[in-house]
Amino acid sequence: MGFIRRHLLSLVAIIVLIYLFIPVAVVGVLSFNKPASDYNTQWNQFSLDAWTNICGVPAVCDSFMVSIRIALISTLVATTLGTMIAIALVRYRFRGRQSTNLLIFLPISTPDVVMGASLLALFLNLRFPLGQTTVIIAHIMFTISFVVVAVKARLQGMDPSLEEAARDLYASPAATVRYVTFPLVAPGIAGAALLGFALSFDDFIISFFNAGTTVTFPIYIWGAAQRGIPVQVNALATLVFLIALGIVLIAQFVAWRRRKALNAEMFEQLAARQEKRAPITMDTLSRS
Amino acid sequence: MEQRRQVEDLRLTHLTKRFGELAAVDDLTLTIPAGSFFALLGASGCGKTTTLRMVAGLEDPTEGTIHIGDQDITNLRAFKRPVNTVFQSYALFPHMDIFENVAFGLKRRGIKDVKGPVEEILELVELAPMARRKPAQLSGGQQQRVAVARALINQPDVLLLDEPLGALDLKLRRQMQIELKRIQTEVGTTFVHVTHDQEEAMTMADTVAVMNSGRIEQMGHPADIYELPRTVFVANFLGQSNLFPGRKVATHGDLIDVDFAGHTLRVPTDRTFAEGGNGSDVIVGVRPEKMTIIDEPAPADATDAATIPESHNRLAGTVVDVSYTGVSTQYLVRTDADSEITVFEQNVLVGDRCEVGDRVIVHWASEHSFGLAG
Repeated sequence: MGFIRRHLLSLVAIIVLIYLFIPVAVVGVLSFNKPASDYNTQWNQFSLDAWTNICGVPAVCDSFMVSIRIALISTLVATTLGTMIAIALVRYRFRGRQSTNLLIFLPISTPDVVMGASLLALFLNLRFPLGQTTVIIAHIMFTISFVVVAVKARLQGMDPSLEEAARDLYASPAATVRYVTFPLVAPGIAGAALLGFALSFDDFIISFFNAGTTVTFPIYIWGAAQRGIPVQVNALATLVFLIALGIVLIAQFVAWRRRKALNAEMFEQLAARQEKRAPITMDTLSRS
Repeated sequence: MEQRRQVEDLRLTHLTKRFGELAAVDDLTLTIPAGSFFALLGASGCGKTTTLRMVAGLEDPTEGTIHIGDQDITNLRAFKRPVNTVFQSYALFPHMDIFENVAFGLKRRGIKDVKGPVEEILELVELAPMARRKPAQLSGGQQQRVAVARALINQPDVLLLDEPLGALDLKLRRQMQIELKRIQTEVGTTFVHVTHDQEEAMTMADTVAVMNSGRIEQMGHPADIYELPRTVFVANFLGQSNLFPGRKVATHGDLIDVDFAGHTLRVPTDRTFAEGGNGSDVIVGVRPEKMTIIDEPAPADATDAATIPESHNRLAGTVVDVSYTGVSTQYLVRTDADSEITVFEQNVLVGDRCEVGDRVIVHWASEHSFGLAG
């Protein structure tokens, strides 16, 4: 009884983690499968085919690259615009600031289906040809809100006197952003960019409405699911997961190293200071 | 460093800042002489920081002008003003090392060769070995000195210090007070120091201005303000005071008689700032350390009473609290008129002190009294 009580929290945590990672594991394991039928759902035989010949089914790799390109472009644009919007919203007072704040939030709360359908209606009315461009426009539109929210949070946590100090030290508004605001908000921007990339790469609903004949990775998988998904999809998905995991691990490692170096330095300083001071004894106490 | 240009006075004229209905700074007119160490002293919310921010250009005045010498800087943007600030939070750039922090102002003005000046100023604040550290690796006192160096390297006409010692512990604060004073004497720049700590203002500044609700209550040399406060606010904010609200009853030459609960207290005419003739309200004040406390003599024994000079003001009461603080003893005495008096007595005498419950007489030379408007 005592053992369970003491380890209940760890036990629950482990169960939740297993629950979260079983689907990922299944995808990974099945990437090494040689399925018996078109449907890669049952374990048949170990095979490295999907990994050694990752572009074996051309449509898989093509759609993958389309998604990567769309995600890169829309992330770049959304992050740039979103960062500027966030700086304006947090650091400047202007008419319509409150309503802008509210409007920026709207795309986050609008259901994807509604947004996808509305955008399609808009493009059709404008007689704008559907394709990669319309998908990119749509993606910029919904990722921008997430970027604004993420960068805003970072800015709000920043001591405003830092920027005042820059202005006080002869930095023009542009120089203040360049030398102080931007470097300090950069981690937030990087986070926002990663989030934006993931959202864009992952999006199915809005893309599906506005893609025309363009086939993104999610659209391809959706189409393939009717006929049988090639094992290469599993391999690619696993690859994406591993890359994401790698980025997180590297970030953690860098942060850990930096913390360690800082702690060591602090300790050194403290030790040096202690040496200089005479130890406090009853004698010194009674004298003062 | 290049030849320092002539330092000039900082002049504020009818300076006003309103936030909605509230006037944070209310029609302030003030000249801060070139090269002086000037302290703006006041409680939080009195407008001292707003005044400083207007001089720095971080806040726009609602009305009034700011001049340095003959130059009107009221509408000059912050990054174009020959003024630098030491922020309360230091506001050191966390992503730059100490050298880069200090060099920031020079670089923004397009000065290419920053190495010499930066090393020189780091020498002045005794932080040369720390040049390549990040601010987070420095102690509070060191960060404070970096903030001073970063501002001073630009050779501003005026250096603004916004509660710069607020975050330091007492011992370090004392040390930095002396340090800042030394630096100011060395560079000769006008320092405007905002603080709520009256002791800090008095030890460091040549001139202290006591601010209250957006206005300056009194300005002058610290000792002059302390010895002769002109308003009740100043009397209470700068050090402690015992105040006895009474009524003016008569004038004898250069002394005014004030009736306080049946006792006559005397206060010199030239130390009285209350207008009005006999019958008008006058508050008699006196600093606690100017008072002497003695045991009340037994009625039969008149010899003790004779030791109190005739010219002294006196009040009788009971000791309600005694606290021994090392250098002095603080007594709280409740007078028969039910007001409280604080008395500081230097611990120079060996022997018995008064105790709680003792009947005592508190007396002081009438020339130490001051009269305030009631």
